[in-house]
Amino acid sequence: MSAATEDAHVRGSGHEVHEMPGGHGSFRGYMTGFVLSVVLTAIPFWLVMADVLGNPRLTGIIVMGFAVVQIVVHMVYFLHMNTKSEGGWTILALIFTLTLVLITLVGSVWVMYHLDTNMMPPDHGMHMPAATSEPAPASGSAAPGAAPMQHQHQH
Amino acid sequence: MAAHSTAALTAEDFQGPGDTPVFLDAEGQHHPENGTMLGFWLYLMSDCLIFAALFAVYAVLGRNYAAGPSPKDLFDLKLVALNTSMLLFSSITYGFAMLAMEKDDQDRMQLWLAITGLFGLCFIGLELYEFHHLIHEGATPQRSGFLSAFFTLVGTHGLHVSLGLVWLVVLMVQAHMRGLGDANKRRLLCLSMFWHFLDVVWIGVFTFVYLMGVL
Repeated sequence: MSAATEDAHVRGSGHEVHEMPGGHGSFRGYMTGFVLSVVLTAIPFWLVMADVLGNPRLTGIIVMGFAVVQIVVHMVYFLHMNTKSEGGWTILALIFTLTLVLITLVGSVWVMYHLDTNMMPPDHGMHMPAATSEPAPASGSAAPGAAPMQHQHQH
Repeated sequence: MAAHSTAALTAEDFQGPGDTPVFLDAEGQHHPENGTMLGFWLYLMSDCLIFAALFAVYAVLGRNYAAGPSPKDLFDLKLVALNTSMLLFSSITYGFAMLAMEKDDQDRMQLWLAITGLFGLCFIGLELYEFHHLIHEGATPQRSGFLSAFFTLVGTHGLHVSLGLVWLVVLMVQAHMRGLGDANKRRLLCLSMFWHFLDVVWIGVFTFVYLMGVL
């Protein structure tokens, strides 16, 4: 009884009854997603493996950009995300999760970077005697902020 | 239903015909039509937070080599590219299985699920080979902060894929024995979301850990 009225509700508001994330894909949709994914995977691997740009920082930013685009492609074509499924609750949960993910990632990197910079003992600077066989970063990373997380080799 | 003389409401006042409870829908909103899929999506989102924490650990510890090997010394991008393609192929073949399922074509669905499982096995095999190779070279999880974070992040993903494979086999057997009822379709759709979700996480892994590691 109540299920029937619920179905009527659902039809009335323009939803399909069987609409759910993970369902109702089409061959065309899957192939579009697959081709896009192959392209979006191949280009970053090519950029890094062939060292096309010769600039690690720029290459890193571009590679991350490709990853973001590919994640969106997977979300749309494979996971069938849209703003309407489950009455908008899936997209709401996703937005909430992305917010938490962003806080976790940015917050961790930010806090730990400043912790490293501020807590470095003054007499244990970059010029420790080379007791270890690491490829001496002595001159290069002495500049503050030049290499965010490379101060920590010593522990 | 007897009329009550007292003003106080009792539970009987909320009984509909046939003694089923009636709930008022004061805000005019309907509940999502299928709670399982939404619930499973929420699980995936919480799983996403686990991976976010592990990515954050890798972002913080990823350059602490403790005078040990760095990503440049260890990672073989050709192997990673092969691994990535295995997971990508398994995603599209699982999609084909779902298309066959919507047409109630059990045989074709089982075939695509089996192919998906084979690609998944190849992925796990290649990853185990890589781990074995690293440990053989002395790059164990205990070696440095970078390697601890690397093995935890990539290992957790691999564990998810392995459990997904177990789940896949269970559902294949179940669909074979019981047919494609509504319940089995729902389970297969949940696994579909799980499988594609792991592919999404892998995009982050190969970009952030492997590609940006060797830069």
